Amino acid sequence: MNASTTLIYDGSFNGFLTAVFVAFDEKINVADIQRNNRSQSGLFSDTETVFTNVEKAKRVWNGIRNKSHNAISNVYFAFLSEAEGVELMLYTYIQKLMRTQSGKYLDYSDSTVLYIAQLAKKVGREKHRMEAFVRFQLTKDDIYFANIEPDFDVLPLISKHFRDRYADQKWLIYDVKRKYGIYYDLNHVEMVSLNLKNIQHNKTVKSDAFTNEEYEYQTLWNDYFKSTNIASRINPKLHTQHVPKRYWKYLSEKKEAV
Amino acid sequence: MNFNRIREKLNILADAAKYDVSCASSGSNRTNSNKGLGNASKMGICHSYTADGRCVSLLKILLTNHCIFDCAYCITRKSNDVPRAAFQVQEVVDLTINFYRRNYIEGLFLSSGIFKSPDHTMERLISVAKKLREEENFNGYIHLKSIPGASDELMYEAGLYADRLSVNIEVPTISGLKLLAPDKKHEDFTKPMEKVKNEIVRYKSEQKIIKSSPKYAPAGQSTQMIVGASGESDKDIMYSATHYYKTYNMKRVYYSGYVPVTHDSRLPAIGSQVPMLRENRLYQTDWLLRFYGFSVGEILNSQHPNLDMDVDPKLSWALRNLHHFPVNVNTADKRLLARIPGIGMQSVDKIVKARKFRKLNWDHLKKIGVALNRAQYFMVCESRYWERRDLDADKIKGMILQNSSGKFRNQYSTQLSLFN
Repeated sequence: MNASTTLIYDGSFNGFLTAVFVAFDEKINVADIQRNNRSQSGLFSDTETVFTNVEKAKRVWNGIRNKSHNAISNVYFAFLSEAEGVELMLYTYIQKLMRTQSGKYLDYSDSTVLYIAQLAKKVGREKHRMEAFVRFQLTKDDIYFANIEPDFDVLPLISKHFRDRYADQKWLIYDVKRKYGIYYDLNHVEMVSLNLKNIQHNKTVKSDAFTNEEYEYQTLWNDYFKSTNIASRINPKLHTQHVPKRYWKYLSEKKEAV
Repeated sequence: MNFNRIREKLNILADAAKYDVSCASSGSNRTNSNKGLGNASKMGICHSYTADGRCVSLLKILLTNHCIFDCAYCITRKSNDVPRAAFQVQEVVDLTINFYRRNYIEGLFLSSGIFKSPDHTMERLISVAKKLREEENFNGYIHLKSIPGASDELMYEAGLYADRLSVNIEVPTISGLKLLAPDKKHEDFTKPMEKVKNEIVRYKSEQKIIKSSPKYAPAGQSTQMIVGASGESDKDIMYSATHYYKTYNMKRVYYSGYVPVTHDSRLPAIGSQVPMLRENRLYQTDWLLRFYGFSVGEILNSQHPNLDMDVDPKLSWALRNLHHFPVNVNTADKRLLARIPGIGMQSVDKIVKARKFRKLNWDHLKKIGVALNRAQYFMVCESRYWERRDLDADKIKGMILQNSSGKFRNQYSTQLSLFN
């Protein structure tokens, strides 16, 4: 039996796909696949660092996609969950996928397949939430700015939605946790890495980065939010189920409740 | 923008519009054109939720709460003493655009009290939608209310700008309508519905031939009924809902538990409890009819004119029809799987796909997400264990209730509480 190997990649999706390529290509007995900043060498396995190669990554991408479009999106979504040990799960998933004819991604009685499908679903849910919970604030230099702090790395997934929707305004969505954002300059969306020091999420302190009109509209929105509530039907449990508390500080209508 | 004035109006007119439950923003396929603003999301997005747990997806306001009618159930009726206000067309447009740009909303839901005449009111509503579409290049979602009694020409025009049109039937029975809204005729409600339905059908068939023909109310029509205001049975409500689904191709019928807003001898008194559980059961029934292949007569009929409050309608149907069970999940067809209590459409889908690979056992089903506490009495799978006892309906019901908890349990439990 071959000695098992832990593959280390750079944390990008392409890096992961390259690692999968290398594992298949060199018939490595994979002990684990880890990102370089989280790596931890095993007692009985060697480590090997994989350098990202877009060509190789693309071949894996196409290979999975030829099996099923659904599977490739499951793989991508699940990867963005950044869940502990998801890489090895995905590797097993891809192995199983490649071994069978087709339709394996639908085998919900297989625990790996079900796990990946459910994980992808979770990320999809977070993506949908972010499409809902982004709150733009208009800055004085005419950029609509929003902070988010999603559980999963969903910025790459939501950029198309916002590009299609707000095609005539400049906007920037900034992920506070992962310290990067996506910026739309009326033509393209690009990734920007910033290190913002004072994150604007407290309404009581008005920042002079934003226009005065901005705060008026926030007040109107907060008023509107309050007046749509029917007091005799109050249901706080349902409310927090739909709007979990961890998002409240970024929602102007919930800031007072934080 | 006169901030204070707008603020005041918004408070009055949003407050008056909140009893309209429809807040769906789904079903439209309008796309952004020429780098304009907005793009409808097919699945709809709820941008926030109120403290009562309802979704906030659209800016839901009345154009005005002045009204010439005197419907007993309505907060803005003529004889009610409330502050009145009216928006100008441009004010609504500005609010919508600015809220939309900040990603607060999916679009606009515009309703209105009826001032002067139905046609006059409808015209105003249309002018807001028209301005949004044509001057602001707005492609977000617009839901307009069809004003009962509006003319066919106006209904036609409304559909050209709106994604969804709705007229609220409010009172499910004609006799109830006579009692509570004596000024309105049943035909006033159905005529605009009929017109919109016909236009949708016409535009759909045109679209098959000419791809570029314009959209007409792409998200269809909806309506709403008040529950618990005029003493109707669940059977009355659901039969009437089925009628609207069938006759007018409704996308949705909403059920709104009546919130007492006025003192009126014909209605429940102020402070009486909103029938939220009943509303919940009606929605469950609605789903069974639309997605699970049930017909209304199976769930509600003259022997069972009302829904069970302590168990959901599917379980209650299954308990009355034990001769259909147990069902084998590894062989039964989709339609039958959907009838097992505790198995929803998502699970049905997963089961059908998974069983192609191997026979499923309890473990698989549990992981897939089936509610086994209910399902176990009604199914068999690849396992030596299944419910072998010959249990009768009451016994099964008792065991299910014992092993589960429901959010409304305290409302119907006959068990006395120890401390009050």
